[in-house]
Amino acid sequence: MSLTFLLMDAPYEQARTSTAFRLIDAALRRKVAVRVFAYEGAVSLAMTGQKPHANAVHGRTLEEEAHPTPHAWVAALGELAKDNGVAFDWVNCGLCVDERGANEVVPCSRRGSPADFWKMNLESANTLVIPTR
Amino acid sequence: MSKYLLIESRDPFEAKCFSQRCELALTLLAESTGVTVFLVENAVLGARAGAKAPGLEKLARAGVSVMADEFALRERGINDLAPHVQAAPLDSLVGALAGGAKTLWN
Repeated sequence: MSLTFLLMDAPYEQARTSTAFRLIDAALRRKVAVRVFAYEGAVSLAMTGQKPHANAVHGRTLEEEAHPTPHAWVAALGELAKDNGVAFDWVNCGLCVDERGANEVVPCSRRGSPADFWKMNLESANTLVIPTR
Repeated sequence: MSKYLLIESRDPFEAKCFSQRCELALTLLAESTGVTVFLVENAVLGARAGAKAPGLEKLARAGVSVMADEFALRERGINDLAPHVQAAPLDSLVGALAGGAKTLWN
């Protein structure tokens, strides 16, 4: 049993991204295998170059702010899948990666193409497309 | 006959398409074995007791299951729900997806 999710939003922009991560997390905790196709801006979610920052406005240090980085969330989902013994396949659209220079990504993600999304869709029990606006 | 799951993320008081989605849910109800509208993010603002969101009430009266993400409700401090809306964990969406419900996200 597996589910496929297609994400389109770039990091730090939309509540849809965190809702999608929550859904994927819930699926993995139910031991449902997950395939993710990151399209357009969503290919930047897995970029390892993201850096947390302090918050000068609120006077918080880097550690106090504990700013979340989406690439850490992607990596955490990969770890959760391992712990639960289920497959987790995160594919970044190659053309979208090249456009954005988003080449340095977490190890549990890989480069692919929209053809991978087609295969994921065929091989999954269901597919949820979370479109951008 | 299929089951349909409509995930609504937009604030019903800002997004005109919210009422269009309610119409879609009613149309699908006539040709399916069940329709669920699941409110996430700002869409849960329409689930508050006293909120003027007649579209949701109409859905519930027609037999559409209207649910709201517990987490999104807590985030927005919504404790009192309209009687036609049921709070549910996001996890329940996984069950519906795994069950093969035809799903649309808005």
